[in-house]
Amino acid sequence: MSGSAIKPRIEKVSLSDRLADKAPLLLVPALALAGLLAIGNPSTWLTLTVAGVAMGLMVFIMASGLTVVFGLMDVINFGHGAFVSVGAFVGFSILIWLGGWASAPSVFLNLAAVLVAILVAMTVTGLMGYAFERVIVMPVYGQHLKQILVTMGGLIVAQQLIYVFWGPDAIHVARPQSLQGSILLGNAAIEKYRLVAVGIGLVLFLVMRHILRSTRIGLLVRAGVENSEMVEALGYRVKRLFLLVFMAGSALAGLGGVMWGLYQETITAHMGSDIMVLVFIVVIIGGLGSVEGCFIGALLVGLLSNYTAFLEPKVALVSTIGLMVVILMWRPQGLYPVVKAK
Amino acid sequence: MLKRLLSGDTPRSPVLTALLLVILLTLAFAPFLLPGTKSLETAARICIFIVLVASYDLLLGYAGIVSFAHTMFFGIGAYGTALALSSTGPSFLSIVWGSAAGALVAALFALAIGLFSLRVKAIFFAMVTLAVASAFAVLVSQMSWLTGGEDGLNYKIPRELTPAFKLFSAKIFGTSVNGKVLSYYLVFTVALCLFLMLLRVVNSPFGRTLQAVRDNDFRAEAIGYRVVWYRTTATVMSAVVAALAGSLLAVWLRYTGPATTLSMEIMIDILLMVVIGGMGTMYGAVLGATLFILAQTYLQGLMGAASSAISAVPVVSDLIAADRWLLWLGVLFILSVYFFPTGIVGRLRKARA
Repeated sequence: MSGSAIKPRIEKVSLSDRLADKAPLLLVPALALAGLLAIGNPSTWLTLTVAGVAMGLMVFIMASGLTVVFGLMDVINFGHGAFVSVGAFVGFSILIWLGGWASAPSVFLNLAAVLVAILVAMTVTGLMGYAFERVIVMPVYGQHLKQILVTMGGLIVAQQLIYVFWGPDAIHVARPQSLQGSILLGNAAIEKYRLVAVGIGLVLFLVMRHILRSTRIGLLVRAGVENSEMVEALGYRVKRLFLLVFMAGSALAGLGGVMWGLYQETITAHMGSDIMVLVFIVVIIGGLGSVEGCFIGALLVGLLSNYTAFLEPKVALVSTIGLMVVILMWRPQGLYPVVKAK
Repeated sequence: MLKRLLSGDTPRSPVLTALLLVILLTLAFAPFLLPGTKSLETAARICIFIVLVASYDLLLGYAGIVSFAHTMFFGIGAYGTALALSSTGPSFLSIVWGSAAGALVAALFALAIGLFSLRVKAIFFAMVTLAVASAFAVLVSQMSWLTGGEDGLNYKIPRELTPAFKLFSAKIFGTSVNGKVLSYYLVFTVALCLFLMLLRVVNSPFGRTLQAVRDNDFRAEAIGYRVVWYRTTATVMSAVVAALAGSLLAVWLRYTGPATTLSMEIMIDILLMVVIGGMGTMYGAVLGATLFILAQTYLQGLMGAASSAISAVPVVSDLIAADRWLLWLGVLFILSVYFFPTGIVGRLRKARA
């Protein structure tokens, strides 16, 4: 036994395995390419692609909070849409209040108005997230059935409260001066606002990735996703961490609401529950709990629904369901399933 | 005899028995007890929703599965009957084949969704059904060449079921027995049969296994029951019954549209009715649907009156305005999930024990 020490054998990861790991990343360019082939006209394609990426990133902003909350605490919040609606309504109220800034010809004042609206909306929805977590979600940890029912009830109440405070009618607000209109890139007209949305979305994704990968809180969140009991045993208060994540997720939903509202220029109390359909599809495609998967899923859904809306308008929503079905047949747990060490 | 009819699952509470008897008798004699079209409309609506809510209870209360696609199945049944009536003329045969086709399509849809998403988690199923149901609703409102779009479909039903038809000229208790009354009794009888059938299902060995799966799927699987199979079967069954309820609605209203069958509001109504009535009790569906629809029809007027009486107080009068009654129902819903998850029926049963 003594002479022949067993050498540790490190198996090389085969090429196909490494490719399978990266395969979801290739889906987005593949879909964009398929869109180009189907549409034919490159400038139309560019317009649609920017629109798709903008929409995808806005959905990502709303979906990211939901998916992290699920990953961390196994809580799915069907009332997430309420934060989207409330965020939009608060943001729009601020924009109306700052009407002078928003209609001024200065880019700086315009952006300041949007920024103030976003900050206030995020603060309000973040605080609302605090209340929501304490009052509605906390008593039903670990009980999926009750969670779904109770958060759904919370959604109903929140929607009705919007009616009480803002009235039952839809609110229209034009985008600030400098965010209206579009710029020409060759033959492709690209709306300015979509570029702004893409910018905000990308920055947010990078910041989030940075926080999750290289800060202490991010480390704790990732550890909590994998095994929350262990993190608790090491002396961290997972509940408090969760509350923080929940509030951040709600604030992000509020941000998404303001951005989506500015995109549509019309907001209604049920816009949140309408957009939740897309959000759920994105979260499922990405794999419940995974931020990267959510990002890819959002881009896929955004691109696909813009392409199909151009090619065959009636099947836009159905095509995203089709996408979900195809992805789930390929990977039943979503693109990047979150591995639980339980 | 009576016990067999109820499949041995008696109400088990004197107050509940009394309430159920009152509801049953009132519904059974509604055309004679409650004159006027509005009350007959309400009675028929209650019958249809009892079936719809009971079929949802099979899923939510007995199988522990949350689905948001129940209105989709309801709508498939309604549209099946509506399309059959408008394409092959107003005959009883078209009602039968339309309902059968609707039920079959609903079963296939439920099977597909179930096999696809019930393997993973309850939460997964809820999200998938939500997405599929809203896509379906959008699709229906866009395929206007087939479904009439947002306007829906108007069609004729067999002459025997319309007010113009008189069974005999004499009046009973001052009410003439016309086609509308016959139509009501068609709805009532079918609803009663479907409800008793559901009661039979949940008290069969199948229903017991379903409850076992709900309470501990891991253990049920370990004992040797195929959990996916049981869950999928329950989904299909409840979809079929919901589709049949949809057919009843289509025949009763002589109109089928997205707002009356597919909308998310109806899904939320169903959820509220099940939870407030009592999950996993079947009788909860009866109480929940009855109370909810009575409240919807009559309480809203009351709230409107109260609100205009104190219209001087700004926010409070908005809070109790007639349109805001869902707010209070939502609050009631949350409270009942927390504090009495078995709903009114559970409360009544416990009071006796």
